[in-house]
Amino acid sequence: MNLLDNIFFALLLAAGIGFFAFNVKKLIRNIKLGKDVNRTDRSSERWKNMAMIALGQQKMVKKPIAGFLHILVYVGFVIINIEVLEIIIDGLFGTHRVFSFMRSLYDILIGSFEILAALVIFAVVVFWIRRNVIKIQRFWKPEMKGWPKNDGNIILYFETVLMLLFLTMNAADYTLQYMNEANNHYVQAGTYPISSFIAPLFNNLSFHSVEIIERVCWWLHIAGILSFLNYLYYSKHLHILLAFPNTYFANLEPKGKFPNSEAVTNEVKMMMDPNADPFAAPAENSEEEIPEKFGASDVQDLNWVQLLNSYTCTECGRCTAECPANQTGKKLSPRKIMMDTRDRLEEVGKNIDTNKGVFKEDGKQLLNDYITQEELWACTSCNACVEACPVNIDPLSIIMDMRRYLVMEQSAAPNELNNMMTNIENNGAPWPYNQMDRLNWTNEA
Amino acid sequence: MSTETLKVPTMAEMMASGKQPDVLFWVGCAGSFDDRAKKITKAFVKILNKAEVNFAVLGTEESCTGDPAKRSGNEFLFQMQAMTNIEVMNAYEIKKIVTACPHCFNTLKNEYPSLGGNYEVMHHTQFLKSLLNEGKLTIEGGKFKGKKITFHDPCYLGRANDVYEAPRDLIRKLEAELVEMRKCKQNGLCCGAGGAQMFKEPEKGNEDVNIRRTEQALEEKPEIIAAGCPFCNTMLTDGVKAKEKENDVTVLDVAELIANAEDL
Ligand code: SF4
Ligand code: SF4
Repeated sequence: MNLLDNIFFALLLAAGIGFFAFNVKKLIRNIKLGKDVNRTDRSSERWKNMAMIALGQQKMVKKPIAGFLHILVYVGFVIINIEVLEIIIDGLFGTHRVFSFMRSLYDILIGSFEILAALVIFAVVVFWIRRNVIKIQRFWKPEMKGWPKNDGNIILYFETVLMLLFLTMNAADYTLQYMNEANNHYVQAGTYPISSFIAPLFNNLSFHSVEIIERVCWWLHIAGILSFLNYLYYSKHLHILLAFPNTYFANLEPKGKFPNSEAVTNEVKMMMDPNADPFAAPAENSEEEIPEKFGASDVQDLNWVQLLNSYTCTECGRCTAECPANQTGKKLSPRKIMMDTRDRLEEVGKNIDTNKGVFKEDGKQLLNDYITQEELWACTSCNACVEACPVNIDPLSIIMDMRRYLVMEQSAAPNELNNMMTNIENNGAPWPYNQMDRLNWTNEA
Repeated sequence: MSTETLKVPTMAEMMASGKQPDVLFWVGCAGSFDDRAKKITKAFVKILNKAEVNFAVLGTEESCTGDPAKRSGNEFLFQMQAMTNIEVMNAYEIKKIVTACPHCFNTLKNEYPSLGGNYEVMHHTQFLKSLLNEGKLTIEGGKFKGKKITFHDPCYLGRANDVYEAPRDLIRKLEAELVEMRKCKQNGLCCGAGGAQMFKEPEKGNEDVNIRRTEQALEEKPEIIAAGCPFCNTMLTDGVKAKEKENDVTVLDVAELIANAEDL
């Protein structure tokens, strides 16, 4: 490598990482548009969840086939990234296979990278078949049309190409290592259990041609990795990073425990206090209390964990496949709830970008423009979606917050529910029975 | 069933005679008013009477926990209900509650504490299990020996609060053959009633959730579908009827199974 190469490499690397950092900053800003919620307590439990669920893939393997294949790709990618470290050092300093001094350890490393790369290709091919040939139902729901469907496949193509480049590069390198050439800087290092099968293709080529192949693959491989890194932000593939914070900050309470709104508690206490004077001047400390909006009609009304959830969603549809409403043909799909939240959040983020840092009213909101009331009212609050999600996303909490808005701000519950609530208000039961009759069952035959 | 009258003391009566019960039986709205659920209530009381449990009910002082209001999004109404109930229960110095409704169970256990209502709350299957462990209750297999029974996990008992074993342990005690549905425990399918769906027509779709769940239960060819929730019970009973299987399959609460086994 000459100096020009090194400089070009440094620039490429800086651009790749720089643009990614720029997007990450935006991502964090968007997540922070959410309301505050305390998720920093019980840190040892949180670390444990992260270790088991994100790192250990505990919930992925509940579906054994997909889980196993996913672990192949996951382990493959993490481990092969050690190779990327070598590529970066070589690229910046003009060395070649700088880790080769490790000798037998290097042999083991390269050998295992190759086997993993082959396994990744295998897993990716099966994934592609599951999506496109077997057409597993959850990948073909209405919300998976267009970009989400293409996104899923693009990721698979990307991974295959990266792995093939890696293996071809190795095959060329391996061939070069044993060629007679003056000043051959291709040191004899590494074992090549997979690419040695590709190497014979290069047998009749000149040293120079094989070198070109090796270089091209090397550059494309690193350029591909940097592009993939930058693709993440625009893709469901963001989960490979966000799964970690997402499982850390996930809800630790029993799934049936829905949070009690404090603002409501204060008002109810006031109403129920027999000594409270409704006409009294507001107490001093409550003087400037801004009337709070109850529930959520847009992304800014949700909390930051719900927004983080939306960016983490990998669109796998395990939630939707378990949803009783979706299974019986209702419009509700918990995956769509997450995707809609993310899409609206992105829209709000872009709005802020174009309006110099402040959100300009755009006449749209998450409710109705993205998520319809029909979807919200179909939910049985059964928690199947929360249980099914491999990265601990909670679509139900968003549904509940939006119901709160519909009922408390808009009185827009379905009629039958309004009747039920009137009954509770008037006689303490969801049916029109008198509270004084609550004990009648004791004397009925 | 025997016609012996039920002993159902109220908190007010207890208080008047200077007594304090060991546990409050929270009957719930379904348990008080719904014809099917009232049978579960009575079965449970019969067991309590037989085991000579020192319990009481709130009777006319009990009011909806607010669960259906909260799941509908009406946090105001929920908290009004909660605070009214908490006021009553705290005045009676209630420490421990048992209920046969998983929705009441969940709400009382999880959502009342931050509003000032701190109690030990048990689902009736957990409570019966503890009576069994303490030797206050014995269960004879006899009647149900070898019968195929499948248990439907109520969402608000199972996934919502991770209680899966208490009802199953009781069924096993009956020497019945407990068969699991394909979808059970953490993966159990909802009956379709939760989240206030019980009180409204379902949204447009191609099937009702309770039919889907009943089909899953029927796949196991049980003689009895056991439930632990008055709403699940109604949903599955309707499902069995819709499938015209009511002559082959009965839907019974775990408390009813035990009361039946004991000829109560
Ligand atoms: S909680 Fe609601 S959205 Fe989630 S699976 Fe159950 S019905 Fe579907
Ligand atoms: S919410 Fe979870 S289960 Fe549902 S699609 Fe997203 S990642 Fe998958």
